[in-house]
Amino acid sequence: MAEIDKKTIVLGTIGSDAHMIGIWVIRKALEAAGFKVIFLGAVVPQEEFINAAIESNAGAILVSSLYGMGPIDCEGMRQKCIESGLSDVLLYVGGCLVAPAEVAKKWQVVHDQFIQMGFSRVFPNDTLPEDIIKALNQDLRIAE
Amino acid sequence: MDCHLLIDFGSTYTKVLAVDLETETVLGRAQSVTTVDSNIMIGLRNALDILFQEHPEMDESSISRKIASSSAAGGLRMIAIGLVRELTLEAARRAALGAGAKIVGSYAHELDEESLQEIEANPCDLIMLSGGTDGGNKEVILHNAQALAELKKDVTILVAGNRVVRSKIKQILQNAGKQVVVTENVMPEVNEINVEPARAAIRDIFMERIVKAKGLDGAQTYVGNIVMPTPMASLRAAQLLAEGTEDEAGLGDLLIVEIGGATTNIHSVGYGYPRDGHVVLKGLPEPLAKRTVEGDLGIRYNAHTIYDLAKQSLRDNLSALNYPLDLSTVEHITQEMGVNVGYVPDDDAAYLLDTALAKTAVQVAVERHAGILREVPGLEDLIPVQYGKDLTHIKVVIGTGGVFHYGRYPARILAGVLYEAHNPSSLKPKNPDFYVDQGYVLYGAGLLAGIHPTKALRILKKNLHQL
Repeated sequence: MAEIDKKTIVLGTIGSDAHMIGIWVIRKALEAAGFKVIFLGAVVPQEEFINAAIESNAGAILVSSLYGMGPIDCEGMRQKCIESGLSDVLLYVGGCLVAPAEVAKKWQVVHDQFIQMGFSRVFPNDTLPEDIIKALNQDLRIAE
Repeated sequence: MDCHLLIDFGSTYTKVLAVDLETETVLGRAQSVTTVDSNIMIGLRNALDILFQEHPEMDESSISRKIASSSAAGGLRMIAIGLVRELTLEAARRAALGAGAKIVGSYAHELDEESLQEIEANPCDLIMLSGGTDGGNKEVILHNAQALAELKKDVTILVAGNRVVRSKIKQILQNAGKQVVVTENVMPEVNEINVEPARAAIRDIFMERIVKAKGLDGAQTYVGNIVMPTPMASLRAAQLLAEGTEDEAGLGDLLIVEIGGATTNIHSVGYGYPRDGHVVLKGLPEPLAKRTVEGDLGIRYNAHTIYDLAKQSLRDNLSALNYPLDLSTVEHITQEMGVNVGYVPDDDAAYLLDTALAKTAVQVAVERHAGILREVPGLEDLIPVQYGKDLTHIKVVIGTGGVFHYGRYPARILAGVLYEAHNPSSLKPKNPDFYVDQGYVLYGAGLLAGIHPTKALRILKKNLHQL
């Protein structure tokens, strides 16, 4: 398999979720930090994230979900990555992953649920873009 | 008269079914014990002698064509290998089941030493190797091909994985002296199932190699090729009956329940998409014609397993039938049945127990076959999510197998398919009509479907008896 391009990132909002503002902000921040962003926009199925990562040899897939259906939309994504030859791809997820009332009560439970599903990192909806960039640099071993 | 003879070399009995294509009727049927250990033809001859004795109007010269299937000598035993359990392994398993195989082993990810030893020791007829989408992961399937190359046993390997490494895998296995057949990937893209080429390949391998390896080829001079495993014929008949042909309407989506001594098989035809637009459908797409085999739910060999597995359901079913004996007696009888598998009930209590065992087997088997609905919290409401097929709308449920014929309460057995209010997540049929495959014509119609689909369908429809 071709060497991954650490500076290429696939980004989009998953499932039937039409929210764009969050990923738009992240896109600008990533580009400013020197990343190449494959921007898939909103309402993106799992397969489209994976195909974009295969085509671009991306170093990471960033999944946004803001309408509370994160667990349904993200389930099985790591397994599909494995079949597609992306066993080790970095997989981040962030946003309002479940209903807000649930998040307030038990963020740790939500976090662990997504880690269980095979995500590399899970971010709450108050994450700042620089936190994401820091995590990417660390996980991809990019010298800042 | 245009008499076609449809033969099933079964695991226990060799069955013959004579049909007249001119009148589209069943002329007669007979069976005799399968004789695979000596000469497969002896059992067939015995069955034919019985048929001709009971129907003196027929003899050898009246048969214009013979078509045969087989599930003798252990049936078609397959091992399925994939990468991710829920994806390529599941796709491989579905391809195998749809081809009428019995799955005797399933392995996901890299085969380790222990798995290889298991495979070596497991008597199987065919190994199916899948893994990776086309252009996707190739390391694991290559590793597994290398591992299989080390096997000492002589077994055919069907490769149905990542296209990119197909020829390399063929080479690895051929260099090791293995019989290899290569076909299309069972999962060319994530979540895209492609089981038909693999099913066709399995059928060819069965016809060309496995029949011979099992010593069933002695029948070929008389019957021609044994064209498919019997369960594949049944699944074909199910699909024909649901879809119909240009000249004869089908019955629409349906469910067939096949109860045997060692297994309970469920066939469903229909996509089973959600009935309600708000329901989110998840998981691997389901095949239109789906077969599942429950190797732990036969009503003789596994009668005691049914007792252990579903004691509460069995108890409820027995008390609904006013069964006179207590549960410890039932435990004892089910143990006896596993030893004396030829057991036939001889009084009403015994018939009632058989009915309860069969109904319990059906309940569990259909629950495993049917889709499930669960609710997941969304931003405001609970969101319904469906996995598998929704069978709630199915109108036609058909029972086949001995217990529907010698048994006294076929409708009570089929009631095991029904949706249960206390278990609303299991999407079982809500308000179906019940039928019995009266003349055991299901497999025969499946064999005939390849050459005379409309006639096969009409014969099949005529032999369904509504309860």
